[in-house]
Amino acid sequence: MSVRSLPATPAGRLQPRAGGERAGDRYGDDPAWRWATLAPSLAIMLALSVLPLLNLFWLSFNNVTWSGGVATWTPVGLTHYKAVFSDALFRAGVWNTTVFALGAVTGQMILGFVMALYCSRIQRGRVLYRALFILPILIPGIVVGAIWKLMLNYDFGLANQALGLVGIEPVDWLGANETALLSVILVDIWHWTPFCFLLFLAGLESMPRDVYEAAHMDGASGWQELLHVTLPMMLPTIMVTFAFRIVLAFKVFDEVYLLTGGGPGTATEVVSFTLYQRFFTEDRVGYGAAMSIIVIFLVSVLLVLALSARRRSETGP
Amino acid sequence: MSDPHMVGARTAVPHLVLGVCGLAVVLPVVWAIAAGFRTQISLLVGELWFTPNLASFNEVLFSKTSDFLLNYRNSLIVGLSSTLLCLAAATLGAWSLHRMRWPRWVPALFLAWAMAFNMIPPVALAGAWFTMARTVGLDNTFAGIILAHTALNLPMALFLMSVFVREVPLELEEAARIDGASTPVLLWKVVIPLVTPGLAATGILTFVFSWNEFAVALNLTMKQTATVPVAIAKFAQDFEIQYTQMAASAALSILPALVLLLIGQRYIVKGLTQGAIK
Repeated sequence: MSVRSLPATPAGRLQPRAGGERAGDRYGDDPAWRWATLAPSLAIMLALSVLPLLNLFWLSFNNVTWSGGVATWTPVGLTHYKAVFSDALFRAGVWNTTVFALGAVTGQMILGFVMALYCSRIQRGRVLYRALFILPILIPGIVVGAIWKLMLNYDFGLANQALGLVGIEPVDWLGANETALLSVILVDIWHWTPFCFLLFLAGLESMPRDVYEAAHMDGASGWQELLHVTLPMMLPTIMVTFAFRIVLAFKVFDEVYLLTGGGPGTATEVVSFTLYQRFFTEDRVGYGAAMSIIVIFLVSVLLVLALSARRRSETGP
Repeated sequence: MSDPHMVGARTAVPHLVLGVCGLAVVLPVVWAIAAGFRTQISLLVGELWFTPNLASFNEVLFSKTSDFLLNYRNSLIVGLSSTLLCLAAATLGAWSLHRMRWPRWVPALFLAWAMAFNMIPPVALAGAWFTMARTVGLDNTFAGIILAHTALNLPMALFLMSVFVREVPLELEEAARIDGASTPVLLWKVVIPLVTPGLAATGILTFVFSWNEFAVALNLTMKQTATVPVAIAKFAQDFEIQYTQMAASAALSILPALVLLLIGQRYIVKGLTQGAIK
């Protein structure tokens, strides 16, 4: 496995090499082929992401009704935007998604780091553990939902059966207001801790050995080594993993769809689910588009925050 | 998992912690798959021991009311087509961005786009794609969902292929040019053979992500084009949840991922760790 290009150094990956080292500079460039090779990616980017975004933006100022496959657009100005901000479901969604993302990602990072730390210290069995831990990453989100819908079932789920063995009353994991969001967070921790583990392990494996030897010579204890050597050196990887996971957590949909459907009440209502209901279930396309634009705006604010955090960590010690 | 040759506490504690974590990963999967081999009654009364039977699998695969084989075929069509499209576009695009004389802002723009694109909730995109597909008559067609999955995975594929294309020694490309190779020949005879491991890593991940994708497939497909995740969700949405059939179909749906994990673990690790920042 190559650990040379860890997520720790992703910046500028798409930038051309410095010093005019690009091949084209030496043997002459062929503009026709330059365009032809980029054309497929460019076409997909323009047709399937730029155009849809413009489309959404335009939609958000309109009401759309369909009759016989023909759309009728009626301009409504900013009505949709005003309505979104007073939409109780949307507010619940933003709040729950924030709690969910912070809770799940924090749990994944800590657990993943501990696992990676232990895994990097053993000689044998590392490949086996890694294969085992990759499994949840490859399982469809909807199947993760199905697995845990069975596991957390009130009547026959393994979780309640295990509690019964030690004499604890069964818990209505997915049906009770107090536990529903927590259950969804725990399921997400199960699903994505392995991913954090994988990145952290790759980061730990690529750390130079001599730093540890030096720390050892200076008589550093295990904790001192962790606090003053491992954590500072892993900081870029940690920040990138955090930013990456938080973005994905904000998009959560599949597990919630299957596990709770946003319920009970609005206990597990998340942004993507509200979006889905307004746009598709209720077929309020214009309103859904306005909500999408607001969500995209909120998420880009998040991106800017994450990026500035990373820049700070890069210029740090 | 403790090693008989090294019984010291130094390795016992890590193996204990990792073993418990491993169990926590595997147990729910195994237990849920086992539920597919039970009768609904055996599951509902919570028997720990049961006689395995294939009734649920039979029902899911061969019953007249089940479309699961069709869904499986659909998922294969969508997964393979979008993976091929992604690999082709990403290999050419990555090579173009890194080895051709583009102004600096072009690669930078692609990088920014890839990052921004990954932040948009798929449901929001599905909304826009749905409206567009309906307008041009591509709703409920394979073309619509294949293009959607290609667009979803292209940023990741472009990133990964950029890493691998840049590992191709410049000297080899120059030598081929000096020998008079045209651009297609250079790509086909020099670049592509050298990035084959990268293509494997990118291809496996793209396929798995397409196979797993639910939010967009739910909204862009109908009965005839529905993919596996959409079908599994149906089991849970029914008025009376068919738990054992849901478990059986879930078990069947992770087969491709298990096969890929067995034959391509190192490619998956490579792809995941290198593509971490999409």
